[in-house]
Amino acid sequence: MRVTQGAFSFLPDLTDAQITKQVQYCLDQGWALGIEYTDDPHPRNTYWEMWTNPMFDLKDAAGVLQELNDCRKVHGGLYIRINAFDSSHGWETVRLSFIVNRPATEPGFRLQRSEGKNRNITYTTTPYSSDKPEGERYA
Amino acid sequence: MPDGAPEAAGADALPDRIDLRADIEQTGVAEVLDRLERDLVGLAPVKQRIREIAALLVVERARQTFGLATEPPTLHMSFTGNPGTGKTTVAMRMADILHRLGYSRRGHLVSVTRDDLVGQYIGHTAPKTKDVIKKAMGGVLFIDEAYYLYRPENERDYGQESIEILLQVMENNRDDLVVILAGYADRMARFFESNPGFRSRITHHVDFPDYSDGELMIIAEKMLEQQNFRFDDGARAAFAEYIPLRRAQAHFANARSVRNAIDRMRLRLANRVFSTSAEVTRDDLMTLREADVRASRVYSGGLLAAGQKDPA
Repeated sequence: MRVTQGAFSFLPDLTDAQITKQVQYCLDQGWALGIEYTDDPHPRNTYWEMWTNPMFDLKDAAGVLQELNDCRKVHGGLYIRINAFDSSHGWETVRLSFIVNRPATEPGFRLQRSEGKNRNITYTTTPYSSDKPEGERYA
Repeated sequence: MPDGAPEAAGADALPDRIDLRADIEQTGVAEVLDRLERDLVGLAPVKQRIREIAALLVVERARQTFGLATEPPTLHMSFTGNPGTGKTTVAMRMADILHRLGYSRRGHLVSVTRDDLVGQYIGHTAPKTKDVIKKAMGGVLFIDEAYYLYRPENERDYGQESIEILLQVMENNRDDLVVILAGYADRMARFFESNPGFRSRITHHVDFPDYSDGELMIIAEKMLEQQNFRFDDGARAAFAEYIPLRRAQAHFANARSVRNAIDRMRLRLANRVFSTSAEVTRDDLMTLREADVRASRVYSGGLLAAGQKDPA
Protein backbone atom coordinates (compact mmCIF):
# COMPACT_ATOMS: atom_id res chain seq x y z
CA MET A 1 0.00 0.00 0.00
CA ARG A 2 1.42 3.32 -1.08
CA VAL A 3 2.16 5.62 1.86
CA THR A 4 0.59 9.02 1.31
CA GLN A 5 2.11 11.57 3.62
CA GLY A 6 2.96 15.18 2.93
CA ALA A 7 2.53 17.02 -0.34
CA PHE A 8 2.46 15.39 -3.80
CA SER A 9 2.08 11.89 -2.35
CA PHE A 10 -0.97 11.05 -4.49
CA LEU A 11 1.05 11.88 -7.60
CA PRO A 12 3.55 9.53 -9.20
CA ASP A 13 6.97 9.77 -7.54
CA LEU A 14 8.71 13.03 -8.35
CA THR A 15 11.67 12.85 -10.69
CA ASP A 16 14.92 14.53 -9.68
CA ALA A 17 14.18 17.41 -12.05
CA GLN A 18 10.81 17.92 -10.36
CA ILE A 19 12.37 17.70 -6.90
CA THR A 20 14.94 20.31 -7.98
CA LYS A 21 12.15 22.67 -9.01
CA GLN A 22 10.26 22.24 -5.75
CA VAL A 23 13.44 22.74 -3.72
CA GLN A 24 14.33 25.82 -5.74
CA TYR A 25 10.86 27.22 -5.03
CA CYS A 26 11.46 26.74 -1.30
CA LEU A 27 14.88 28.41 -1.49
CA ASP A 28 13.40 31.33 -3.40
CA GLN A 29 10.93 31.79 -0.54
CA GLY A 30 13.86 31.95 1.87
CA TRP A 31 13.05 28.66 3.58
CA ALA A 32 15.65 26.32 5.07
CA LEU A 33 15.63 22.72 3.92
CA GLY A 34 16.11 19.54 5.90
CA ILE A 35 16.39 15.94 4.76
CA GLU A 36 14.95 13.20 6.97
CA TYR A 37 14.62 9.42 6.67
CA THR A 38 12.81 6.67 8.51
CA ASP A 39 11.90 3.00 8.33
CA ASP A 40 8.71 3.48 10.34
CA PRO A 41 6.03 4.96 8.08
CA HIS A 42 3.33 5.12 10.77
CA PRO A 43 1.42 8.40 10.26
CA ARG A 44 1.87 9.33 13.91
CA ASN A 45 5.64 8.99 13.63
CA THR A 46 6.33 12.70 13.21
CA TYR A 47 9.98 12.75 14.14
CA TRP A 48 12.10 11.10 11.47
CA GLU A 49 15.87 10.75 11.65
CA MET A 50 17.72 13.82 10.43
CA TRP A 51 20.21 13.41 7.60
CA THR A 52 22.80 16.07 8.57
CA ASN A 53 21.60 19.43 9.86
CA PRO A 54 18.96 21.46 8.06
CA MET A 55 20.56 23.60 5.36
CA PHE A 56 20.41 27.37 5.76
CA ASP A 57 21.48 30.20 3.45
CA LEU A 58 21.49 28.14 0.27
CA LYS A 59 20.85 29.82 -3.07
CA ASP A 60 20.65 26.90 -5.42
CA ALA A 61 18.92 23.51 -5.28
CA ALA A 62 22.01 21.63 -6.46
CA GLY A 63 23.39 21.57 -2.91
CA VAL A 64 20.22 19.96 -1.53
CA LEU A 65 20.10 17.43 -4.36
CA GLN A 66 23.69 16.45 -3.68
CA GLU A 67 22.87 15.88 -0.03
CA LEU A 68 19.75 13.91 -1.01
CA ASN A 69 21.78 11.66 -3.28
CA ASP A 70 24.28 11.09 -0.47
CA CYS A 71 21.36 10.09 1.76
CA ARG A 72 20.01 7.78 -0.92
CA LYS A 73 23.36 6.03 -1.14
CA VAL A 74 23.09 5.08 2.53
CA HIS A 75 19.31 4.83 3.03
CA GLY A 76 18.08 4.19 -0.51
CA GLY A 77 15.70 1.48 0.72
CA LEU A 78 13.90 3.69 3.24
CA TYR A 79 11.50 6.62 3.23
CA ILE A 80 13.23 9.95 2.70
CA ARG A 81 11.45 13.29 2.83
CA ILE A 82 12.41 16.91 2.37
CA ASN A 83 11.08 19.49 4.82
CA ALA A 84 11.10 23.23 4.20
CA PHE A 85 11.17 25.47 7.26
CA ASP A 86 9.93 29.05 7.32
CA SER A 87 11.41 31.20 10.08
CA SER A 88 9.59 34.44 9.31
CA HIS A 89 7.47 34.21 12.47
CA GLY A 90 10.54 33.94 14.65
CA TRP A 91 10.38 30.16 14.91
CA GLU A 92 10.85 27.45 12.34
CA THR A 93 7.58 26.21 10.88
CA VAL A 94 7.30 23.43 8.32
CA ARG A 95 5.82 24.98 5.20
CA LEU A 96 6.28 22.12 2.81
CA SER A 97 7.10 18.47 3.35
CA PHE A 98 7.21 15.82 0.67
CA ILE A 99 8.49 12.28 0.25
CA VAL A 100 11.33 11.96 -2.24
CA ASN A 101 12.29 8.32 -1.79
CA ARG A 102 10.38 5.20 -0.78
CA PRO A 103 11.11 1.47 -0.39
CA ALA A 104 10.64 -0.82 -3.37
CA THR A 105 7.79 -2.62 -1.66
CA GLU A 106 5.45 -1.06 0.86
CA PRO A 107 3.62 -3.77 2.79
CA GLY A 108 1.00 -1.41 4.27
CA PHE A 109 -0.80 -1.33 7.59
CA ARG A 110 -2.63 -3.80 9.76
CA LEU A 111 -5.93 -2.58 11.19
CA GLN A 112 -6.40 -3.98 14.67
CA ARG A 113 -9.78 -4.09 16.34
CA SER A 114 -9.96 -4.70 20.05
CA GLU A 115 -13.21 -5.24 21.86
CA GLY A 116 -13.47 -3.60 25.26
CA LYS A 117 -16.16 -3.06 27.84
CA ASN A 118 -19.79 -3.17 26.53
CA ARG A 119 -18.56 -4.58 23.19
CA ASN A 120 -16.98 -1.17 22.50
CA ILE A 121 -14.50 -1.47 19.67
CA THR A 122 -11.26 0.54 19.46
CA TYR A 123 -9.13 0.62 16.35
CA THR A 124 -5.43 1.01 15.82
CA THR A 125 -3.09 0.63 12.85
CA THR A 126 0.39 -0.87 12.78
CA PRO A 127 2.70 -0.98 9.77
CA TYR A 128 3.46 -4.58 8.86
CA SER A 129 7.04 -3.53 8.34
CA SER A 130 7.48 -2.60 12.00
CA ASP A 131 6.97 -6.23 13.02
CA LYS A 132 10.65 -6.60 12.29
CA PRO A 133 13.21 -4.82 14.42
CA GLU A 134 14.57 -1.44 13.41
CA GLY A 135 17.15 -1.63 10.63
CA GLU A 136 15.82 -4.90 9.16
CA ARG A 137 12.47 -3.65 7.93
CA TYR A 138 13.22 -2.87 4.31
CA ALA A 139 16.30 -4.97 3.71
CA MET B 1 1.46 30.37 -28.26
CA PRO B 2 4.18 32.20 -30.13
CA ASP B 3 6.96 30.26 -28.38
CA GLY B 4 5.61 26.98 -29.65
CA ALA B 5 6.47 27.45 -33.30
CA PRO B 6 10.29 27.21 -33.22
CA GLU B 7 10.01 24.37 -30.71
CA ALA B 8 7.84 22.32 -33.00
CA ALA B 9 10.12 22.84 -35.99
CA GLY B 10 12.80 20.93 -34.10
CA ALA B 11 16.43 20.45 -35.04
CA ASP B 12 15.94 21.13 -38.76
CA ALA B 13 15.27 24.79 -38.08
CA LEU B 14 18.69 25.71 -36.73
CA PRO B 15 19.23 29.43 -37.17
CA ASP B 16 21.20 30.48 -40.20
CA ARG B 17 23.39 32.95 -38.44
CA ILE B 18 23.71 34.50 -35.00
CA ASP B 19 24.49 38.10 -34.30
CA LEU B 20 27.10 37.94 -31.54
CA ARG B 21 26.86 41.68 -30.91
CA ALA B 22 23.12 41.42 -30.39
CA ASP B 23 23.67 38.45 -28.13
CA ILE B 24 26.08 40.45 -25.98
CA GLU B 25 23.67 43.38 -25.84
CA GLN B 26 20.71 41.21 -25.04
CA THR B 27 22.31 39.35 -22.15
CA GLY B 28 23.49 42.62 -20.61
CA VAL B 29 27.11 41.44 -20.63
CA ALA B 30 28.15 44.49 -22.61
CA GLU B 31 26.74 46.64 -19.86
CA VAL B 32 28.68 44.77 -17.17
CA LEU B 33 31.88 45.00 -19.22
CA ASP B 34 31.35 48.71 -19.76
CA ARG B 35 30.73 49.21 -16.08
CA LEU B 36 33.91 47.26 -15.35
CA GLU B 37 35.79 49.54 -17.74
CA ARG B 38 34.32 52.67 -16.20
CA ASP B 39 34.34 51.84 -12.49
CA LEU B 40 37.69 50.12 -12.20
CA VAL B 41 40.76 52.26 -12.64
CA GLY B 42 43.76 50.72 -14.40
CA LEU B 43 43.97 46.91 -14.36
CA ALA B 44 44.32 46.78 -18.15
CA PRO B 45 45.53 43.13 -18.32
CA VAL B 46 42.71 42.02 -16.01
CA LYS B 47 40.05 43.74 -18.08
CA GLN B 48 41.57 42.27 -21.23
CA ARG B 49 41.43 38.80 -19.70
CA ILE B 50 37.82 39.19 -18.59
CA ARG B 51 36.88 40.39 -22.04
CA GLU B 52 38.51 37.28 -23.50
CA ILE B 53 36.64 35.01 -21.10
CA ALA B 54 33.35 36.77 -21.90
CA ALA B 55 34.04 36.38 -25.62
CA LEU B 56 34.77 32.68 -25.13
CA LEU B 57 31.49 32.21 -23.29
CA VAL B 58 29.46 34.08 -25.90
CA VAL B 59 31.02 32.02 -28.69
CA GLU B 60 30.44 28.81 -26.73
CA ARG B 61 26.78 29.74 -26.46
CA ALA B 62 26.55 30.45 -30.14
CA ARG B 63 28.16 27.07 -30.87
CA GLN B 64 25.55 25.42 -28.69
CA THR B 65 22.77 27.12 -30.64
CA PHE B 66 24.18 25.61 -33.82
CA GLY B 67 24.22 22.23 -32.19
CA LEU B 68 28.00 21.95 -32.12
CA ALA B 69 28.36 19.74 -29.09
CA THR B 70 30.93 20.98 -26.62
CA GLU B 71 31.95 20.22 -23.12
CA PRO B 72 31.00 23.09 -20.84
CA PRO B 73 34.16 25.19 -20.46
CA THR B 74 36.08 24.95 -17.22
CA LEU B 75 35.81 28.34 -15.57
CA HIS B 76 37.76 27.94 -12.35
CA MET B 77 40.16 30.85 -11.96
CA SER B 78 43.00 32.07 -9.85
CA PHE B 79 43.48 35.76 -9.13
CA THR B 80 46.95 36.70 -8.01
CA GLY B 81 48.16 40.11 -7.01
CA ASN B 82 49.25 42.30 -4.14
CA PRO B 83 46.81 43.39 -1.45
CA GLY B 84 44.30 46.04 -2.44
CA THR B 85 44.49 45.47 -6.19
CA GLY B 86 40.79 44.74 -6.58
CA LYS B 87 40.67 40.95 -6.61
CA THR B 88 37.44 40.68 -4.61
CA THR B 89 35.76 43.47 -6.58
CA VAL B 90 36.57 41.80 -9.88
CA ALA B 91 35.42 38.42 -8.54
CA MET B 92 32.05 39.96 -7.78
CA ARG B 93 31.79 41.34 -11.31
CA MET B 94 32.85 37.97 -12.66
CA ALA B 95 29.95 36.34 -10.85
CA ASP B 96 27.64 38.84 -12.50
CA ILE B 97 29.06 38.20 -15.98
CA LEU B 98 28.83 34.43 -15.60
CA HIS B 99 25.25 34.78 -14.40
CA ARG B 100 24.22 36.92 -17.36
CA LEU B 101 25.77 34.47 -19.79
CA GLY B 102 23.95 31.61 -18.13
CA TYR B 103 27.06 29.82 -16.86
CA SER B 104 26.07 30.39 -13.27
CA ARG B 105 22.46 29.91 -12.26
CA ARG B 106 22.20 32.37 -9.35
CA GLY B 107 25.19 34.66 -9.83
CA HIS B 108 26.00 35.12 -6.16
CA LEU B 109 29.46 35.23 -4.65
CA VAL B 110 30.39 33.34 -1.50
CA SER B 111 33.64 34.72 -0.14
CA VAL B 112 35.51 32.49 2.31
CA THR B 113 38.92 32.08 3.91
CA ARG B 114 40.62 29.12 5.58
CA ASP B 115 38.59 29.61 8.76
CA ASP B 116 35.32 28.92 6.95
CA LEU B 117 36.56 25.72 5.34
CA VAL B 118 38.85 24.01 7.82
CA GLY B 119 37.59 22.59 11.10
CA GLN B 120 39.09 22.48 14.56
CA TYR B 121 39.12 18.77 15.20
CA ILE B 122 38.96 15.45 13.35
CA GLY B 123 35.71 15.06 11.46
CA HIS B 124 34.88 18.76 11.60
CA THR B 125 36.45 19.78 8.30
CA ALA B 126 34.44 17.73 5.81
CA PRO B 127 30.97 18.94 6.92
CA LYS B 128 32.26 22.50 7.17
CA THR B 129 33.73 22.51 3.68
CA LYS B 130 30.66 20.79 2.25
CA ASP B 131 28.42 23.36 3.92
CA VAL B 132 30.29 26.19 2.25
CA ILE B 133 30.21 24.41 -1.10
CA LYS B 134 26.46 23.88 -0.82
CA LYS B 135 26.00 27.58 -0.14
CA ALA B 136 28.09 28.47 -3.17
CA MET B 137 26.24 26.11 -5.54
CA GLY B 138 24.83 27.98 -8.49
CA GLY B 139 27.28 30.83 -7.98
CA VAL B 140 30.93 31.59 -7.42
CA LEU B 141 33.06 30.38 -4.51
CA PHE B 142 35.81 32.91 -3.80
CA ILE B 143 38.61 31.58 -1.60
CA ASP B 144 40.75 34.45 -0.38
CA GLU B 145 44.36 33.69 0.58
CA ALA B 146 43.91 30.13 -0.60
CA TYR B 147 47.49 29.10 0.22
CA TYR B 148 46.64 29.04 3.94
CA LEU B 149 44.64 25.90 3.19
CA TYR B 150 47.90 24.04 2.76
CA ARG B 151 50.28 24.00 5.71
CA PRO B 152 53.16 21.69 4.86
CA GLU B 153 54.89 22.31 8.21
CA ASN B 154 52.07 20.53 10.06
CA GLU B 155 51.41 17.09 8.63
CA ARG B 156 48.28 16.64 10.72
CA ASP B 157 46.76 19.87 9.48
CA TYR B 158 43.13 19.45 8.39
CA GLY B 159 43.58 21.79 5.41
CA GLN B 160 44.52 18.87 3.19
CA GLU B 161 41.11 17.29 3.75
CA SER B 162 39.44 20.49 2.67
CA ILE B 163 41.63 20.66 -0.44
CA GLU B 164 40.66 17.13 -1.44
CA ILE B 165 36.94 17.88 -1.15
CA LEU B 166 37.37 21.08 -3.14
CA LEU B 167 39.28 19.30 -5.90
CA GLN B 168 36.57 16.69 -6.18
CA VAL B 169 33.83 19.32 -6.42
CA MET B 170 35.80 21.36 -8.96
CA GLU B 171 35.97 18.29 -11.14
CA ASN B 172 32.47 16.83 -10.66
CA ASN B 173 30.27 19.89 -10.19
CA ARG B 174 31.65 22.11 -12.94
CA ASP B 175 28.10 23.03 -13.95
CA ASP B 176 27.14 23.98 -10.42
CA LEU B 177 29.85 26.29 -9.23
CA VAL B 178 32.92 28.24 -10.26
CA VAL B 179 35.84 28.38 -7.84
CA ILE B 180 38.09 31.43 -7.76
CA LEU B 181 41.27 31.24 -5.70
CA ALA B 182 42.94 34.49 -4.75
CA GLY B 183 46.14 35.52 -3.06
CA TYR B 184 49.58 37.04 -3.35
CA ALA B 185 51.47 35.94 -6.44
CA ASP B 186 54.56 34.31 -4.92
CA ARG B 187 52.68 32.36 -2.27
CA MET B 188 50.07 31.21 -4.77
CA ALA B 189 52.86 29.96 -7.03
CA ARG B 190 54.25 27.90 -4.16
CA PHE B 191 50.74 26.67 -3.29
CA PHE B 192 50.16 25.46 -6.85
CA GLU B 193 53.56 23.80 -6.90
CA SER B 194 52.71 21.66 -3.90
CA ASN B 195 49.12 21.05 -5.07
CA PRO B 196 49.40 20.22 -8.77
CA GLY B 197 45.76 19.09 -8.70
CA PHE B 198 44.66 22.68 -8.30
CA ARG B 199 46.92 23.99 -11.02
CA SER B 200 45.56 21.56 -13.61
CA ARG B 201 41.93 22.24 -12.71
CA ILE B 202 42.26 25.98 -13.10
CA THR B 203 42.22 27.28 -16.64
CA HIS B 204 42.35 31.01 -16.09
CA HIS B 205 45.24 32.52 -14.20
CA VAL B 206 44.72 36.26 -13.93
CA ASP B 207 47.45 38.49 -12.55
CA PHE B 208 46.53 41.81 -10.95
CA PRO B 209 49.26 44.45 -11.37
CA ASP B 210 49.98 47.13 -8.79
CA TYR B 211 48.35 50.51 -9.39
CA SER B 212 50.53 53.36 -10.58
CA ASP B 213 50.65 56.56 -8.51
CA GLY B 214 48.42 58.35 -11.01
CA GLU B 215 45.85 55.56 -10.88
CA LEU B 216 45.79 55.64 -7.10
CA MET B 217 45.15 59.39 -7.27
CA ILE B 218 42.14 58.78 -9.53
CA ILE B 219 40.96 56.06 -7.17
CA ALA B 220 41.24 58.46 -4.23
CA GLU B 221 39.20 61.11 -6.05
CA LYS B 222 36.56 58.53 -6.91
CA MET B 223 36.32 57.32 -3.34
CA LEU B 224 35.97 60.89 -2.08
CA GLU B 225 33.30 61.62 -4.64
CA GLN B 226 31.32 58.56 -3.53
CA GLN B 227 31.47 59.74 0.09
CA ASN B 228 30.68 63.37 -0.79
CA PHE B 229 34.07 64.77 0.05
CA ARG B 230 36.61 66.61 -2.07
CA PHE B 231 40.22 67.83 -1.98
CA ASP B 232 41.02 71.50 -2.20
CA ASP B 233 44.04 72.31 -4.38
CA GLY B 234 46.56 72.20 -1.54
CA ALA B 235 45.24 68.87 -0.32
CA ARG B 236 45.32 67.39 -3.81
CA ALA B 237 48.97 68.33 -4.25
CA ALA B 238 49.79 67.01 -0.78
CA PHE B 239 48.06 63.71 -1.47
CA ALA B 240 49.93 63.32 -4.76
CA GLU B 241 53.09 63.55 -2.67
CA TYR B 242 51.63 61.17 -0.09
CA ILE B 243 51.16 58.24 -2.48
CA PRO B 244 54.81 57.57 -3.47
CA LEU B 245 55.88 58.09 0.14
CA ARG B 246 53.31 55.60 1.39
CA ARG B 247 54.29 53.10 -1.31
CA ALA B 248 57.87 53.08 -0.08
CA GLN B 249 56.78 52.22 3.45
CA ALA B 250 55.86 48.89 4.97
CA HIS B 251 52.47 47.19 4.50
CA PHE B 252 51.47 49.18 1.46
CA ALA B 253 48.17 47.82 0.17
CA ASN B 254 47.34 49.83 -2.95
CA ALA B 255 43.70 50.95 -3.01
CA ARG B 256 43.13 49.74 0.53
CA SER B 257 45.91 52.04 1.82
CA VAL B 258 44.26 54.90 -0.02
CA ARG B 259 40.93 54.10 1.58
CA ASN B 260 42.50 54.00 5.03
CA ALA B 261 44.27 57.30 4.40
CA ILE B 262 40.97 58.85 3.39
CA ASP B 263 39.29 57.53 6.53
CA ARG B 264 42.00 59.12 8.67
CA MET B 265 41.72 62.41 6.78
CA ARG B 266 37.99 62.45 7.43
CA LEU B 267 38.76 62.00 11.10
CA ARG B 268 41.12 64.98 11.06
CA LEU B 269 38.62 67.08 9.14
CA ALA B 270 35.95 66.35 11.72
CA ASN B 271 38.35 67.16 14.52
CA ARG B 272 39.46 70.42 12.90
CA VAL B 273 35.95 71.61 12.15
CA PHE B 274 34.76 70.67 15.59
CA SER B 275 37.52 72.45 17.45
CA THR B 276 37.72 75.64 15.37
CA SER B 277 34.21 76.83 14.65
CA ALA B 278 30.75 76.52 16.09
CA GLU B 279 29.03 77.22 12.79
CA VAL B 280 29.82 75.29 9.66
CA THR B 281 28.82 75.51 6.03
CA ARG B 282 28.12 72.64 3.68
CA ASP B 283 31.46 73.42 2.06
CA ASP B 284 33.36 73.13 5.35
CA LEU B 285 32.01 69.65 5.84
CA MET B 286 32.99 68.54 2.36
CA THR B 287 36.43 69.98 1.75
CA LEU B 288 39.60 68.28 2.87
CA ARG B 289 42.36 70.87 3.37
CA GLU B 290 46.09 70.48 3.01
CA ALA B 291 46.54 70.35 6.78
CA ASP B 292 44.27 67.30 7.01
CA VAL B 293 46.52 65.48 4.58
CA ARG B 294 49.85 66.75 5.84
CA ALA B 295 49.18 65.65 9.42
CA SER B 296 49.84 62.06 8.41
CA ARG B 297 52.92 60.43 9.90
CA VAL B 298 53.72 59.08 6.45
CA TYR B 299 55.40 62.43 5.74
CA SER B 300 57.71 61.96 8.70
CA GLY B 301 58.81 58.45 7.75
CA GLY B 302 55.87 56.35 8.83
CA LEU B 303 55.79 53.60 11.44
CA LEU B 304 59.57 53.19 11.55
CA ALA B 305 60.19 56.79 12.47
CA ALA B 306 57.43 56.62 15.06
CA GLY B 307 59.61 54.18 16.97
CA GLN B 308 57.82 50.95 16.08
CA LYS B 309 59.70 47.98 14.72
CA ASP B 310 58.74 46.85 11.25
CA PRO B 311 57.27 43.37 11.76
CA ALA B 312 57.82 42.31 8.16
